[in-house]
Amino acid sequence: MPENLFKINKEEYMLPGNRSCQGCGLSLSYRYALKALRENTILTLPACCLTVLHGLYPTTSVTIPCLNCTFASTAASAAGLVAGLNATGKTDTTVVAFAGDGGTFDMGIQALSGAAERGTDFIFVCYDNEGYMNTGTQRSSATPMGAITTTTPILTKEQHKKDMLKIMEAHDIAYIATTSPAYPIDLYDKFVKAKRIKGTRYMQICVPCPPGWGYPPRDTVKIARLAIETGVFVLFEMENGKFRFTGRSKSLAEKGNRLPLINYIERQDRFKKISEEQLSLLQKFTDNKWNEYLKKAEG
Amino acid sequence: MEKKDKNISAMSTPAIGEAGFTGDWRDMRPVINHGKCIPSVKNKPACYLCWLYCPEGVIKTGIPVEIDLNYCKGCGICAEECPAKAITMVSEGG
Ligand SMILES: Cc1ncc(C[n+]2csc(CCOP(=O)(O)OP(=O)(O)O)c2C)c(N)n1
Ligand code: SF4
Ligand code: SF4
Ligand code: SF4
Ligand SMILES: [Mg+2]
Repeated sequence: MPENLFKINKEEYMLPGNRSCQGCGLSLSYRYALKALRENTILTLPACCLTVLHGLYPTTSVTIPCLNCTFASTAASAAGLVAGLNATGKTDTTVVAFAGDGGTFDMGIQALSGAAERGTDFIFVCYDNEGYMNTGTQRSSATPMGAITTTTPILTKEQHKKDMLKIMEAHDIAYIATTSPAYPIDLYDKFVKAKRIKGTRYMQICVPCPPGWGYPPRDTVKIARLAIETGVFVLFEMENGKFRFTGRSKSLAEKGNRLPLINYIERQDRFKKISEEQLSLLQKFTDNKWNEYLKKAEG
Repeated sequence: MEKKDKNISAMSTPAIGEAGFTGDWRDMRPVINHGKCIPSVKNKPACYLCWLYCPEGVIKTGIPVEIDLNYCKGCGICAEECPAKAITMVSEGG
């Protein structure tokens, strides 16, 4: 039993009876992100599954104040909130932008880059379900090679996933962390830490999505775990440019016992058309990224 | 939180069940066998991994562990992750 389970904030800020799908990886992640961020937080979100989870006016399922913004303006709206709070002397409030991969990798990137370059004092969270899920699983630049989406139904996605983490790293920001709902305590701890740090913080969560990825809702935690075990998603932290593996990825790096990608791929219908060639390219892509991380960890 | 800000015209109020009784979405219901559930067996707070992994936050830690079936969507994650195999998903029928 994880002893530190008892240290987690008991309050629930995401209320039951909301609109997220059965077994939604975002819902599980969000529960812990909000527990960690707790009071004195203002959220800003563009359109995405999370907006749906928040609910329809005049009711909401989330007890933390939240602003709804447009896709391109997410980080700009956060910067506006920070300026407003500063002007009114409310400097103990943390501003958190929460967007999907479409709202981060694609449509939100320029405002995010601008805010990061200015060192805006806020947390930008990208929950990455690797597609435009809210509108029916269209391809995004975060979709991996070989995945079927409704816009890549025949040939599957032919390009690799964009390395958004590397783009954020190039902005030399205060804190970067990756998290997964398979490890809610690690996720919680990283959000607690991010809240304490000043400057621009970027967090990326690997969020499995049952209808979009094609697996039974009960397997969300298993799929999230396999993403880590195969190294397709890596748990790490970068504080002021210093990289370190964390949690399960740390022991995988030490022991060198990553699972082959096929263990992760074979459990998801979105990969049912992946070719042998694509699978080997995807394995190579994953191995290369992993080796880059190993080099970074050496310093 | 409940305070209304008169400067904001479209402001929502937080409520449980924003989407109604989401328990209605379920076709399978989680049933706990307290004879196997670790906190009940040991008669002390322990495990609670079902609480940890429930995406809805509808599981109450305690002795015994309880599930709010009004809002449990029946995903089955708790049953998958329970180390004691104390939770079974049973058909709602119909
Ligand atoms: C400017 C603009 N373009 C398109 C849309 C339609 N739209 C709403 S949600 C969404 C998908 C967002 O995808 P992502 O950010 O990955 O979040 P997810 O739905 O996957 O959670 C789209 C395309 C919109 N609301 N605004
Ligand atoms: S589509 Fe996927 S990410 Fe969106 S609410 Fe459903 S399970 Fe969650
Ligand atoms: S995970 Fe299983 S054993 Fe642990 S508290 Fe829940 S029902 Fe009981
Ligand atoms: S079935 Fe899903 S929603 Fe219901 S209690 Fe178990 S984990 Fe929670
Ligand atoms: Mg998405």
